[in-house]
Amino acid sequence: MSKSLSAYSVENKKEKTEKHIMVVWVDNESGVLTRVAGLFSGRGYNIETLAVAQVDDAKHISRITITTEGTNSVVDQIKAQLLKLIPVHKVASFQINNKSILRELALVKIIGNKKNLEKAKKICNSFKTEYLDTTKSSFIVELNSTRSEIDRLIKELKPYGVASIARTGPLIMSKGSEITQINKGKIL
Amino acid sequence: MTQQLTGAQIVFKVLEDHNVEYIFGYPGGAVLPLYDELIHHKKIKHILVRHEQGAGHAAEGYARSSGKPGVVIVTSGPGATNMVTALTDAYMDSIPLVCISGQVPTHLIGTDAFQECDTTGITRPCTKHNWLVKDIKDLPLILHKAFHIATSGRPGPVLVDIPKDVQFQKTKYIKKEQAIKIFPKTDVKIEENEIQKIAELIFKAKKPIIYSGGGVINSGEKACQLTQEFAKITGFPITSTLQGLGAYPGDDNQFLGMLGMHGTYEANNAMHDCDLMINIGARFDDRITGKIDKFSPKSKKIHIDIDPSSINKIIKVDHAVVGDVGKVLNKLISVLNKKYPNFKKSNKASISKWWEQINKWREKDSLFFEQGNKILKPQYAIKRLYELTKNRDTFITTEVGQHQMWAAQYYKFTKPKRWMTSGGLGTMGFGLPAAIGVQLANPGKLVVDIAGEASILMNMQELSTAVQYRLPIKIFIINNQYMGMVRQWQELLHDKNYSQSYTEALPDFVKLAEAYGAIGIRATNPDELDEKIKEMIDSPKPVIFDCIVKQNENCFPMIPSGKAHNEMILGPSEKKDNKITKEGKVLV
Repeated sequence: MSKSLSAYSVENKKEKTEKHIMVVWVDNESGVLTRVAGLFSGRGYNIETLAVAQVDDAKHISRITITTEGTNSVVDQIKAQLLKLIPVHKVASFQINNKSILRELALVKIIGNKKNLEKAKKICNSFKTEYLDTTKSSFIVELNSTRSEIDRLIKELKPYGVASIARTGPLIMSKGSEITQINKGKIL
Repeated sequence: MTQQLTGAQIVFKVLEDHNVEYIFGYPGGAVLPLYDELIHHKKIKHILVRHEQGAGHAAEGYARSSGKPGVVIVTSGPGATNMVTALTDAYMDSIPLVCISGQVPTHLIGTDAFQECDTTGITRPCTKHNWLVKDIKDLPLILHKAFHIATSGRPGPVLVDIPKDVQFQKTKYIKKEQAIKIFPKTDVKIEENEIQKIAELIFKAKKPIIYSGGGVINSGEKACQLTQEFAKITGFPITSTLQGLGAYPGDDNQFLGMLGMHGTYEANNAMHDCDLMINIGARFDDRITGKIDKFSPKSKKIHIDIDPSSINKIIKVDHAVVGDVGKVLNKLISVLNKKYPNFKKSNKASISKWWEQINKWREKDSLFFEQGNKILKPQYAIKRLYELTKNRDTFITTEVGQHQMWAAQYYKFTKPKRWMTSGGLGTMGFGLPAAIGVQLANPGKLVVDIAGEASILMNMQELSTAVQYRLPIKIFIINNQYMGMVRQWQELLHDKNYSQSYTEALPDFVKLAEAYGAIGIRATNPDELDEKIKEMIDSPKPVIFDCIVKQNENCFPMIPSGKAHNEMILGPSEKKDNKITKEGKVLV
């Protein structure tokens, strides 16, 4: 459903809703994540996944990666609003296509009897996984891949005793030599 | 070694550096070090309000009428939470405020200490930016930054939360000139290409309209002059939002009156039928657009705004220029003059048909009302107030509701910064404290708060502030004993179910004025109105003017919920054949 931008756009034409990944470069200061997250909740946008870490130790810049869903115009509006936040330096939005690299990390713990563990390992071996911890009754496997690949691994492992799943949400980076330029104060 | 100053001293140093004349505030435990320091700074006058919300709106009134940032000091906990409405109000209407709040000492933060609250957490969505200063070393720069952010770009409120222990600690002061050097430049480059394209559209337009907003006023006097110049060069009709009134003279023939929900018939129809819309510093607010998908369907739209997030937020536009309205207009005018030197002469003919059409709409006289000889009509009261005050430099504030719309319709503003009203947030109780700030910024001028009897009671206590500082503000109450706009909506949209909109036990406003040490005047019929208004104007003291008006008068014309600009209701006789739909009913 298209997002109504005003109380008066009752019969607005429906725009296509798509998944977008937003990358926000911010000053790593106290409260900055609440500013970003609060902007999303306050304006009725959805955060599906969120990944944050400092990427520039000298300048204290953090990179926030957010997966959201919306029409193109909603995404443009989110970007424009994000750029108004004082600690935000620049914002990029990506669609999921072959122009960028997407990676997500997952840890999966399997607990079970010998038979199930063996079956589970067989599945894990068919993916590019790594074993991080193995005991007689359990193991933890790591997969660093696309979302759909991780979804597939988890789905296949489900019958053999998946006890715990941890996922980071995706990170994204544009392919080639392009990087995002400072875009504060620009029309998007 | 350089001299070290305490946090409290630094606060006042910064205020002095930024030429602050007034602070509006209320003391409390967490700001006592600041109040100790106050006495050493004779240039800064503290205005003691009766409620922190009053301080916020008074600072807004000061800022809105002077163009300078309003400064507020409040204590922690309830002091800060009472400021939230005023901060939100300033945020919605882009008014520069700097609020300094006290906080419990750093070692008590997070312990649910007495009068502790998460002030920066609470005010994050209603400020442009806010800070909790935990380290004294950060304080000077943050305070300078606060003023910079509040006043640059699209202005807005900021808040600096200072724990009590930080107010005592010492550090080296940083001067304003030093601090400014390290702030990023906010000036954006104006897109020359877009200006050229816009000039072409202006040249070709057959049915143009200028739609100006609060951004013109915020940009300053120069921008208002340029808007007038732009209108004169082009000969285009101009309409204004509620917030923009006064940027263009309201009594000029090219001015079509306010547009939007309670705008004039000619302004709204011109917006609907135009082929070129030039939005200068307005934001396509829902009070303006009415139904989005029927909004000005045949026009090319141009948007000039300082805030990039305003572009294409609600209405997709064909051309946009981000920048200060004054600077953009300046460029646009010089391009127009260079590109089309004979435009001024040739243009009159090409838009003459359009003016004919507009004059036909004007003939409808959508602001017409009939004043009988017994009961006062609210429109008449405001019209008389206008006639009796128009020859002096008068400043009008309002509360929120019917009286506010009537004031916007019948009071014609000829200068900017003479009209201070809560537009975006629609805060009842705004007008009285705002009038206090306006009077301080404009001593000797006539300041009138056009109020409703319901709104005024929301911040009535501030009359005591006005009396204390001998501020002769006039509170002109349009008293119909109803929350008039609520009553009107209940009549039109809720089957005349007047649920809780009538006030049963109103105070005697004349006696109330006297109790506060002000003057009370009451008018009940048209014959005595003029004389009593004159008595109010001539009074050297604050006045409450209790104007008893017809109880069930509705504010027309009106675009009903969910309708378009060309579907206005002009008066009571018309509303039956313009039924409001189910979808319309859910809108506010």
